[in-house]
Amino acid sequence: MPAMIEKILIANRGEIALRVLRACRELGIRTVAVHSEADRDLKHVLLADESVCIGPAASRDSYLNIPAIISAAEVTDTVAIHPGYGFLSENSDFAERVERSGFIFIGPRPETIRLMGDKVSAIAAMKAAGVPCVPGSDGPLDDQDKKRTLEIARAIGYPIMIKASGGGGGRGMRVVNSEATLLNAISLTRAEAAAAFNNDMVYMEKYLENPRHIEFQVLADQHGHAVYLGERDCSMQRRHQKVVEEAPAPGITAAQRAEIGERCAQACRDIGYRGAGTFEFLYEDGRFYFIEMNTRVQVEHPVTEMVTGVDVVKEQILIAAGEHLHYAQEDITIRGHAIECRINAEHSDTFRPSPGKINEFHAPGGPGIRMDTHIYSGYTVPSHYDSMIGKLIAHGETRQVAIARMCNALRETVIEGIDTNIKLQRTILRDAAFEAGGANIHYLEKKLGL
Amino acid sequence: MDIRKVKKLIELLEQSNVAEIEIHEGEESVRISRHGGATSLFMPQGMAMQQVPAPTAAPPAAGAVKPGDELLDGLAGEVVRSPMVGTFYRSPSPGTGPFIEEGQKVKAGDTLCIIEAMKILNQIECERAGTVRRILVENGQPVEYNQPLFVIE
Repeated sequence: MPAMIEKILIANRGEIALRVLRACRELGIRTVAVHSEADRDLKHVLLADESVCIGPAASRDSYLNIPAIISAAEVTDTVAIHPGYGFLSENSDFAERVERSGFIFIGPRPETIRLMGDKVSAIAAMKAAGVPCVPGSDGPLDDQDKKRTLEIARAIGYPIMIKASGGGGGRGMRVVNSEATLLNAISLTRAEAAAAFNNDMVYMEKYLENPRHIEFQVLADQHGHAVYLGERDCSMQRRHQKVVEEAPAPGITAAQRAEIGERCAQACRDIGYRGAGTFEFLYEDGRFYFIEMNTRVQVEHPVTEMVTGVDVVKEQILIAAGEHLHYAQEDITIRGHAIECRINAEHSDTFRPSPGKINEFHAPGGPGIRMDTHIYSGYTVPSHYDSMIGKLIAHGETRQVAIARMCNALRETVIEGIDTNIKLQRTILRDAAFEAGGANIHYLEKKLGL
Repeated sequence: MDIRKVKKLIELLEQSNVAEIEIHEGEESVRISRHGGATSLFMPQGMAMQQVPAPTAAPPAAGAVKPGDELLDGLAGEVVRSPMVGTFYRSPSPGTGPFIEEGQKVKAGDTLCIIEAMKILNQIECERAGTVRRILVENGQPVEYNQPLFVIE
């Protein structure tokens, strides 16, 4: 059995940094919390074995500051670095420099991050692995061959989405409804992509009008084993940001789960994937279409943990330490239903960010309730980072029970001193279409009149 | 080559009667030799000297107590803080004399110390003329961003 990692540096902040710290504590691993000047009072910083201030408040000079993070790892004799989500977690350059500097990067190999970060190559890799994809151009568009571009578009059928290869997560996209506007739309998207991602490569995909967002969680070790941990439905979104997530996806059958899940696991084996990952799909009319892969732990991982009993973050660490996966596919079962509501420091109606001091925080409780948050009474939410201050998760033996428990928990939660989106979450949980299950990715925005 | 290994090698050399060590590891090599009591370092790869001006004391966050603040009580002068994470060294190389001592007068542009980060030795420069009142950290100590290093009056 390989030796356990002795010390991990947590290259992140907020609730995910606390989540990683908890997993490290459980495994007896010492922790180093790197933080900005504005984050000295973060809960995980106060709890960590060691802490290092790596820069001023601005993310660019702290959480995105690769030399500062690696230098902090050196002076603390760190063994491994956990990048969390966001920030540098999908930065292949960072992963490579971490490994070159002699540390373990808790995540996939840099080449894999690069492969999946480029949307065109990711789709090609998935097609080769037999994962169903959205009908599309199957490669970048060539401005020299406009005739071919028009032919591809005709074959796919309108409406069509132009996407930037260097984009992702909702960025760098444009919808085209008819051939008349296609070529102009491509030029515009290309120019935007060059500016935003330093990469003007674009491709085309069929635009699905009313899809659901369903994603599959996978784990793969360094010995060729990979398993899928079921799926999550993340269709409740506003401006491409997920608001509510749940597992399993309502209406998905065990046969569908096994078919797509196994293809994802096989794709992991084919590309030599290492660690935790998520395959994102659009689901329409009973069919799944791969759109992109996230090569990191995701915000919504708790709902998968609640229904499978697998600790995803702990598994990331064990995999990075070189251990074999402790689960075979037949060990993974889905029990009950879990829902997660993201808690943001923003006004429920206006969505205006609301940083500031939390005078009083009272967490909910009871059976099946889990709250992943770093906030505490007296904590000041800084203005420099995104507004998510926690996640409230409810699990129940059925979806109805999970919804009821979530409604209770939302009512019990007290966060005073700042605005939060709790009122919005309560509205969503009581919405008829949400209660019926299976709402698509446009539903929430339509409901809010956006 | 791992800077931590090199540090350990220097320690070994200083504690022994050995005059010179040369280590080859694949493509990389390091030769550490002692010249009449002083140890000097020859690193063919990746060591570069860089000039970095030290920032003037940044306003502390409301209510936040920073490491090293407790050493400043009653001292007149400006606090010079670390602009980066790294290891603090008082002299240009092990065995040579320190850049500055307490009581020494310094002028703008003088090197105060070195902060080593990721194999790069960054020279921290003085912004304004003055007298070094206190040196707050020890040679070889890890420092974080904004950590107080000196008080200069």
